[in-house]
Amino acid sequence: MWCERCKQRPATVHITKVINNQKSEKHLCEVCAQASGSDLGFLFEPNFSFHNLLAGLLEGEMGMEDTLAPSTMERRRACPVCNLTFTDFRRIGKLGCGVCYTEFGPRLDPLLRRIHGSTVHTGKAPKRTGGAIRVKKEIEQLRKKLNEAIKREAYEEAAKLRDEIRAKEKNLK
Amino acid sequence: MGMAMIEKIDRLLPGWIKESGPEGEVVLSSRIRLARNLRDLPFPHYAGEKQLEEVINLTEKALKQPAPDKGRLKLVRLDAIDQLERMVLLEKHLISPNLVKNPAHRGVILRDDECLAIMINEEDHLRIQAMLSGLQLDKAWELADKIDDYLEASLDYAFDEERGYLTACPTNVGTGLRVSVMVHLPALGMVGQVKKVLAALAHVGLNVRGVYGEGTESVGNLFQISNQVTLGHSEEDLVGKLVSLTRQVVEQEKTARRALLKESRVQLENKVYRAYGLLTQSRLLNSHEAMLLLSDLLLGVEAGLVPTVRAQAVKELFLLIRVAILQQLIGKELQPEERDYYRAMVIREHLK
Repeated sequence: MWCERCKQRPATVHITKVINNQKSEKHLCEVCAQASGSDLGFLFEPNFSFHNLLAGLLEGEMGMEDTLAPSTMERRRACPVCNLTFTDFRRIGKLGCGVCYTEFGPRLDPLLRRIHGSTVHTGKAPKRTGGAIRVKKEIEQLRKKLNEAIKREAYEEAAKLRDEIRAKEKNLK
Repeated sequence: MGMAMIEKIDRLLPGWIKESGPEGEVVLSSRIRLARNLRDLPFPHYAGEKQLEEVINLTEKALKQPAPDKGRLKLVRLDAIDQLERMVLLEKHLISPNLVKNPAHRGVILRDDECLAIMINEEDHLRIQAMLSGLQLDKAWELADKIDDYLEASLDYAFDEERGYLTACPTNVGTGLRVSVMVHLPALGMVGQVKKVLAALAHVGLNVRGVYGEGTESVGNLFQISNQVTLGHSEEDLVGKLVSLTRQVVEQEKTARRALLKESRVQLENKVYRAYGLLTQSRLLNSHEAMLLLSDLLLGVEAGLVPTVRAQAVKELFLLIRVAILQQLIGKELQPEERDYYRAMVIREHLK
């Protein structure tokens, strides 16, 4: 999606305003959002102080270390599927969709570690899609072997490994 | 009690309360809950009406796939039944307060014995719950695991290699598994040890709360113990941990019961027979008082002090005296003072 003001940069700031039950949406790039001035002033420093305070409280509560606090830019980047921003997440405490987990990636680590003492799943995987995950892991292993074989100039072995990888990749599709 | 009433009670009660399971003297029920979401739709709190309907439709379609021994499943739309019926489902622990407050575009799939309930559009798209009597977490896990596989055969779950099953709240991500037991700890309560035991459980990462009443306070000495962590451990580990810790709680409670019988038999008998007297003679009973008395009576029955009463009948009363279930049983809406009258009546009849 392109910025609706300059139409030159991708829209990274999404603003939803609800006034008297009338919902309006704006999709702007960072530059235009900054430039559009008082209209959107509430989003930016120094008027941002109240939000900072709230986010700060949540940070303490949710165990986000200061060094991991995302930049202003990062905070406003929305999930490409559901449009939830990291700021939204910290306000409501819930993700918007499965893709949010990918989108916010390692930024969730401190929080997950604090809740679960871990960041990586080790349990059940779905049979259909989980099967693919298992195959992907096998392919990763084979690729490593392939690279080693090439380094050793063991081309015969490398060819075999390459065929094996291709066969597995074909199965994945 | 009339045959019609007995049949009605039988129809009204879920399977997991009607029979006694292993360690049934202390463990009333075992529950497994799996949180699952569909890959291409936003989580319920962030979804529009159309998307919520799509979740219901996709799930309904998935249910039509043939499967061995899935039992008879039916979908109940919560906006298609009235408030009393929703409250009955809540009191039977089949749906959450959330779904009662917010019935539009929500549903629950029930197996005919009500040992399996799948909430649709709660905090997550699907909340698979399996409930069995006594300490049978392994079996409940098997049941939930199987129905999960069955649904996954035709539904694309939101799953990530690193994070596992993706959930709206990060406290459920990974396995999406909540393992819990409902335990009755009257003797530990009487000897003043219950807080200590529960604090020890909290210390090893388990969640403990009163089943009725606020926070950790409990009415009727009923507590729910569950895991807090869902990520980084396998399902079997999480189940195994709760089973072994529950066994320790059971041992503590049984030790306390033996001590009471040996050291303060008269006081124990006094408490139990007073409760029995009030329960079988009262004409008005509010739910709070009834819960306390039923807890005392159940302790006595399990200790062999009241051979004429079946333990299961007392456990069933824990559910039968709830406001909505009581009205469903009587078959009409009851004013508060009428409830106390009919509650006392149902208790007298059910203990005969």
